Amino acid sequence: MLSLLSERIQGIFKKLRSKGRLTPEDVDGALKDIRVALLEADVNFRVVKDLVNRIRERAVGQEILESLTPAQQVVKIVHEELTRLMGGGERGINWAPQPPTVVMMVGLQGSGKTTTAAKLAALWKKQGKRPLLVAADVYRPAAVKQLQVLGEQIGVPVFSWESQDPVEICRRSLEQNLPFPPNPVIIDTAGRLHIDVPLMEELKAIKEEIQPQEILLVVDAMTGQDAVEVAQRFHADLGLTGVVLTKMDGDARGGAALSVLAVTGCPIKFMGTGEKIGNIEIFHPDRLASRILGMGDVLTLIEKAQEHVELEKAKEWHKKIQQRDFTLEDFLEQLKQMKKMGPLEELLHLLPGLGPIKELKGVEVDPKEVVRMEAIIQSMTPEERRNPAIINSSRKKRIAAGSGTRIQDVNRLLRQFEETKKLLQVLTEGKGKKKKMKELPFPWI
Amino acid sequence: MNFFQRLKEGLRKTREEFSRHLEALVGFKREIDEEFTEGLEEALILADVGLPTTQYLMEQLGQQIRARGVRTPAEALAYLKEEVASLLGREVSPLNWAPSPPTVILMVGVNGSGKTTSLGKLAFLLAREGKKVVVAAADTFRAAAIDQLEVWAQRSGAAFIRHQPGADPAAVAFDALQAAKSRGWDVVLVDTAGRLQTKVNLMEELKKIKRVLAKEQEGAPHEVLLVLDATTGQNALSQARLFKEAVEVTGIVLTKLDGTAKGGVVVAIARELELPVKFIGLGEGIEDLQPFYPRDFAEALFTDIRPEGGEKQICSS
Repeated sequence: MLSLLSERIQGIFKKLRSKGRLTPEDVDGALKDIRVALLEADVNFRVVKDLVNRIRERAVGQEILESLTPAQQVVKIVHEELTRLMGGGERGINWAPQPPTVVMMVGLQGSGKTTTAAKLAALWKKQGKRPLLVAADVYRPAAVKQLQVLGEQIGVPVFSWESQDPVEICRRSLEQNLPFPPNPVIIDTAGRLHIDVPLMEELKAIKEEIQPQEILLVVDAMTGQDAVEVAQRFHADLGLTGVVLTKMDGDARGGAALSVLAVTGCPIKFMGTGEKIGNIEIFHPDRLASRILGMGDVLTLIEKAQEHVELEKAKEWHKKIQQRDFTLEDFLEQLKQMKKMGPLEELLHLLPGLGPIKELKGVEVDPKEVVRMEAIIQSMTPEERRNPAIINSSRKKRIAAGSGTRIQDVNRLLRQFEETKKLLQVLTEGKGKKKKMKELPFPWI
Repeated sequence: MNFFQRLKEGLRKTREEFSRHLEALVGFKREIDEEFTEGLEEALILADVGLPTTQYLMEQLGQQIRARGVRTPAEALAYLKEEVASLLGREVSPLNWAPSPPTVILMVGVNGSGKTTSLGKLAFLLAREGKKVVVAAADTFRAAAIDQLEVWAQRSGAAFIRHQPGADPAAVAFDALQAAKSRGWDVVLVDTAGRLQTKVNLMEELKKIKRVLAKEQEGAPHEVLLVLDATTGQNALSQARLFKEAVEVTGIVLTKLDGTAKGGVVVAIARELELPVKFIGLGEGIEDLQPFYPRDFAEALFTDIRPEGGEKQICSS
């Protein structure tokens, strides 16, 4: 998630951190690198220019040079500017004083409107609301069916109407007389090009008819320089209230987020982080800025952790690691918990300072691997799990046979366990970051 | 309407800033100066060509200028167009046909790039050329993807092979290939589910589809086409690299060129990965899939259209 971008920027700041004091040349050099990193991340050319100039204005000069910790001040300035660019504080949905709140999803073809509409419906249903999805894409073949299938999956009703007129469909969706009136009403419109005049007129007509509280532009995180153009047009025609950034689970550097915000001033409200219906998050600009700068996204991690890991268990692990009493059973339990939380690499990027650590890629786990590891550990005796040192070659042979794996797999697992144990000890003992880490409900932090 | 007209038609009403810039630079400048070269650099970056390839092109240009091969802004522009076209392979890159039918074409790409739509259009294009086409609905994951594809298959008159949603995509592809072989059909088009190139499991699934096809017929799939959204920025390089690693992509279909995005990242892909663009998508109509002409594309990368009608060639070289 924006990992390549943050890797780069972290690299740049590592360079800065290693020096005691900054010269103007240092600042210039760093800004040049930042420019390259941002452009490679697809941040719009003009936005980059603007941002770099603004930072230079603030950075070159007394503020930096007379400070005791100049490098930290550059970090602070860039962080502030990124946060500012990405829209300041977080922003939720404008709920209508009189329900229903109407939310209209718009965007280019293939940006992820239909999936996002369903994800939002699921999210709001979980919060105790009674959402309704409206299938207003009358152009793409089977678009209505796609929404119906998704609606069925998440248990949210989908309104559709035999009509080729999206305006009529939207109007009728609000005219229904239901015993339990839906709220919010989420309108899934057809994908369209921002320069397609008749289709943009159609969106205006829908807006006129249903007066939505929210018009959310769905933007693919992989979008290049054109993101600015697209967002500008949609904004000019419709008056957007926010942006949803999708496909953030890939390796897209996501510069589009910076661009869109800089150019339209529309806040990014949500981001899609996976193919599953639950993979949607509220967008936190300050957190994302922190992540880009390598400060880690501790807040997101804590939230994720609290959702999936029982606190008691986590505390227990923590103690065990400190007492060097961490067994294969705990290891297995941890692997399972982590699998629930999402890809490990993604989690690692959330940790302060861990983003760019290449060595950590060795402990990466893929879900299939977890299943195999589980089988291996379960084929061990309790004694072996507690004290893996006793596992000799004849025991290994038995374990491999019992779990349907090879001896090499057993060896690899034992090696990984040892590595993880070592790593965990280092991490929990901490290097000056002790205080912060102890607050976290995770032994491996 | 030929390709270039369509492309220009598609690019109409756009790029005001881009045009203002280059227009000012080429139209009124007699000499190549820093402002001019910076303008070219900006134009390339705004077209998503990417920094490394932009820098490469500008260095090439710089050498020409120093060697006095290029003297005026107009010559500089002409030189760059030629360079871009040559990176893109100059001539049309035709489909790779099997020595004996059926020819198997696998469509891959990230979510929302336009695989299903492009496949529908390709089916139509091939059917119009008199080929017997069968379409395999191997996107069994996305809700209603099968139904969407079926509509396209009907429109082009292609045969259609489907399984249940959630079925093994490799099995669908296998069935379609078998049907084509036993009935003597010419082309098998396999639609696959969109997947981000970083999802290891999903890429493994793709490899399996390819393996199964290769086992059933030698040399299959004869084409693996990566469908790329022209709106995509530098992530397209990662897409091309990882899909190529996984399933040996043979060419690119560049979609959604009827918007304002120029799809310049294919220049970087051509330079770094030597993957040719084979088709471009210019709209939602069934006929909106066209062969890719590198020279026209290079031309369009630097040519602009005024906002109110009236096309204007910035540099007539």
